[in-house]
Amino acid sequence: MAYALQQLINGVALGMIYGLIAVGYTMVYGIIGMINFAHGDIFMVGAFVSLISFVLLSTGGWAAGPGAVLLVLLISMAITALYGWSVERIAYRPLRGSFRLAPLISAIGMSIVLQNFVQVSQGARAKPIEPVIRGSVELWHGNGFSVSVSTMQIVIVVVTLAVLAVFTWLVTSTKLGRAMRACEQDRKMAGLLGIDTDRTISITFVIGAALAAVAGTLYLLRYGLADFFMGFIVGVKAFTAAVLGGVGSLPGALLGGLLIGLIETLWSAYAGQDMFLLRELNPAYKDVAAFAILIATLIFLPSGLLGRAEVEKV
Amino acid sequence: MSGASRLPEGPHVGGVPHNDDGVPEPGEMGGIPRGPEAPASRPPVVHALRDAGLAALVALGLFVPLVGLRTDVGPSGGGLILRTRWADVAILVGIVFAGRLAMNLWSSLRPAGRPRTARRTAQIARIGTFVAPLFLGFAVLMPLLPWTTRYGLDLGVLVLTYVMLGWGLNIVVGLAGLLDLGYVAFYAVGAYTYALLSTTYGLSFWVCLPLAGIFAAFAGMLLGFPVLRLRGDYLAIVTLAFGEIIRVVLLNWVSLTGGPNGISGIPRPSFFGLSFSAGGGPGSFADFFGLEPSPTHRAVFLYYLILVLALLTNWVTLRLRRQPLGRAWEALREDEIACRALGINVTNTKLTAFAIGAMFGGFAGAFFATRQAFVSPESFTFIESAIILAIVVLGGLGSQLGVAIAALVLIGGFEAFRDFEEYRMLVFGAAMVVIMVWRPRGLVSSRKPSVALGERKAISGDLVGEGHG
Amino acid sequence: MSAPILQVRDLVMRFGGLTAVNRVSFDAMAGDITAVIGPNGAGKTTVFNLITGFYKPSAGEIILHGPAGQKPLHVTVGHRIARSGVARTFQNIRLFPGMTVLENLLVAQHNTLQAATFFGIGAAFGFGRYRQAEREAVALARRWLEATRLLDRADDPAGALPYGAQRRLEIARAMCTNPVLLCLDEPAAGLNPRESEELAELIQLIRRGGCSILLIEHDMGVVMRISDRVVVLDHGQKIADGTPAQVRADERVISAYLGEGDEDEVPAAPVEGAA
Repeated sequence: MAYALQQLINGVALGMIYGLIAVGYTMVYGIIGMINFAHGDIFMVGAFVSLISFVLLSTGGWAAGPGAVLLVLLISMAITALYGWSVERIAYRPLRGSFRLAPLISAIGMSIVLQNFVQVSQGARAKPIEPVIRGSVELWHGNGFSVSVSTMQIVIVVVTLAVLAVFTWLVTSTKLGRAMRACEQDRKMAGLLGIDTDRTISITFVIGAALAAVAGTLYLLRYGLADFFMGFIVGVKAFTAAVLGGVGSLPGALLGGLLIGLIETLWSAYAGQDMFLLRELNPAYKDVAAFAILIATLIFLPSGLLGRAEVEKV
Repeated sequence: MSGASRLPEGPHVGGVPHNDDGVPEPGEMGGIPRGPEAPASRPPVVHALRDAGLAALVALGLFVPLVGLRTDVGPSGGGLILRTRWADVAILVGIVFAGRLAMNLWSSLRPAGRPRTARRTAQIARIGTFVAPLFLGFAVLMPLLPWTTRYGLDLGVLVLTYVMLGWGLNIVVGLAGLLDLGYVAFYAVGAYTYALLSTTYGLSFWVCLPLAGIFAAFAGMLLGFPVLRLRGDYLAIVTLAFGEIIRVVLLNWVSLTGGPNGISGIPRPSFFGLSFSAGGGPGSFADFFGLEPSPTHRAVFLYYLILVLALLTNWVTLRLRRQPLGRAWEALREDEIACRALGINVTNTKLTAFAIGAMFGGFAGAFFATRQAFVSPESFTFIESAIILAIVVLGGLGSQLGVAIAALVLIGGFEAFRDFEEYRMLVFGAAMVVIMVWRPRGLVSSRKPSVALGERKAISGDLVGEGHG
Repeated sequence: MSAPILQVRDLVMRFGGLTAVNRVSFDAMAGDITAVIGPNGAGKTTVFNLITGFYKPSAGEIILHGPAGQKPLHVTVGHRIARSGVARTFQNIRLFPGMTVLENLLVAQHNTLQAATFFGIGAAFGFGRYRQAEREAVALARRWLEATRLLDRADDPAGALPYGAQRRLEIARAMCTNPVLLCLDEPAAGLNPRESEELAELIQLIRRGGCSILLIEHDMGVVMRISDRVVVLDHGQKIADGTPAQVRADERVISAYLGEGDEDEVPAAPVEGAA
């Protein structure tokens, strides 16, 4: 039981990170109807910028403390947002309103570019960093087993919720948010009503990238590693989360992220254990589990958990 | 790369615009470079300079952390150390500035792009009728040319493998309009089918080849059934997931597939029972024909084998296009709802597209296994699917010639960069973006009618549908 | 002629909490032109989508009395409805724009052609039977191209045709499936008076060929002149059913139309928007 609780906590922390990335997918999909294939790699860039900033700060001698983490977070958000903006400007905007497959191929190309750019500029080896946030809080103790929440996990949950709260306020209560929602409903009409749709779309990418940067930073802090290929698999899982929650729905993205994080963690923790049918399962298949959920969701629940159902138009 | 100048004049069928173009672009974009269409009042050079300066500023922001500050694992193995490379940043920023400036000046000098007319479409189609036989002739003769090296032959085999894969995927994506990002799964199924059947049961390549196709076709149906209702990007992501599932299973089902170590010692194909053994012993190809044993024989044989397989793919595709089934695929791409109203069984039509496309992927996979004599999950990653799809889209959906050219350009170009190992994927990805921005419809976008009362006129790509599934 | 070709009984369609079609019953007689009219949002297109299998009714029956006997359409899968002899056109034209006019008409004959190819296998080898079938298919297409005055455009892409020609092509394509019942969803929408006139003639030509017609139309001039029978829907319910003269005199019909004001200015209700 204690073990289960511990895994649940781990799963929630991971799920929060997926949720942050999933929001980026959902926003872009909502506004221009395309899967931003490079979004996972934007997350990777975010992790790398944080990594570099941490190393930079620690060479300068002020690496420790919440101030440093906050500073790194802000730097990473700014630089990664610039990457998100550039990707949209270079690879997507010229293709707006064009043939549907073109932006997808262009996005895949951009994903390859980002991965290999980081590989060339930062090397192919995985980069470790020393733990910045240490310590943990013991929640429960007994029977030789304890349940604890690491400070890192608390930071993940708090930062994610804070960032998402700001973001939700942005989307629901500001002029910008109204413009975004208008573009989501009907881009052409929004344009006719005087909304600068190009600018709104750019800002959507910028915000999505900034959220991915937060996710990248948290991921780096939690797992202590960054490599140029990390964006692909995390990106696919985050997209799965977005689909599971219902594309277009922001709470759905977080919910989907949590579910994927939990399923993945619990699968790794329990598959292959000597209980019931679990011994038939292979912990190595945790990614298969995520993908299988993606396929099952799309087949049985095409609009996701919190998405709106679409009536086929005849 | 200005957004506005690229808006296509889409067909407004039934008075309902099909694409979301024509969005007015009011106002400056908060200091964001707007490209050459911005205010005419400012002299173009000044504007171009300003714009290039902004681009350089953005580039500075992008490159300072990732290029300027290189992290490396320290010598003691402990923490990371930093190395600065400001010169590289300066060069990159300079390139961006100069490139953007050149681009701005070029587009302000050049007259407004002329629209592609039907005549030009017809012209391209006519050129195609000359180019295709030329390509074919060259492909057939290449191994016989005196200056063809062993390396050239191997490259030819590689290009032809991708041509075949491209043509196979073209059935699914180009004709039926079903976006498949997991095509490599069928390639893998074919390769492992041959690898397992030959190493376990000792079956010959010629027995396994059709079996590989059949197994892959079944895998295609297996994928097809659940995803029938999905459309567009959802279909893409599910097929991607399917491809990854196959790969992860291959990686972890160690008892069957050997896991990450793969399967080695796969028998090479024989020429009607004659082997290509290097020793040239009795019963070998060299012995039978009284030739000096040479490894080139096998290479030439493999070359012609994949050429024949690729041409078979092409022949079947061209043939099917003129059949009801092929026409139904294209109709499905154009409008699925109309198909249903005409009594076409959409489910079966989609499944046949998946199955036949997958079958050719399976053939190619079996060929891959016999050529390499080794398969492992590493050869079947998502990037392979992406490359094959890129070949199809860059070539022009549905165009057999375009796909062949795209395979030649991409794979040949990729090989040309082999001396710059580090950079070639980077260039490859950039090329995908650039070609898409330059020609969103691919190299050959026009479509040739499958039947006509009079003359067959090429149909401009602007009218051809792209599929929703 | 008094045998019904289509019987609609107590048809109900609900979308969520909204009842778009509420217990509608009517008959369409064989060889007749039956029109379904009503203000926007009355549920006309929904009824059409139910008959042609794009929606499944919440309740009620739709029986087709086709050449192969009775066929309950409300339990038949979409593409099988077309095979049992019901063809339709769409309010927003749905052609295959990137295919030529002739190809559009051959796709419509897919099932006949496919059968002649032994489901694709024979055709790959170029069997003679397929070639014969294709010649016949082209001949049928040519006949309808002549009837719709599109013969000279046969090799042009459908998407390049002018609007009126696209409407005619859609009808020609539907007729190439050899239907016993042709359902036309606002065929005159967007046509000028002369084109409407030609359309009316085309519809009558089709009827003379033995095909019954079910028609949704806003253009009252056309409806009243060519229809044998008119069914009026309002708010998802049938409010009148009879000859054009009877319907024109019906007070509920008059108030439904007058009450709604100028019908074109009434915003489409969500249900009709799904059409």
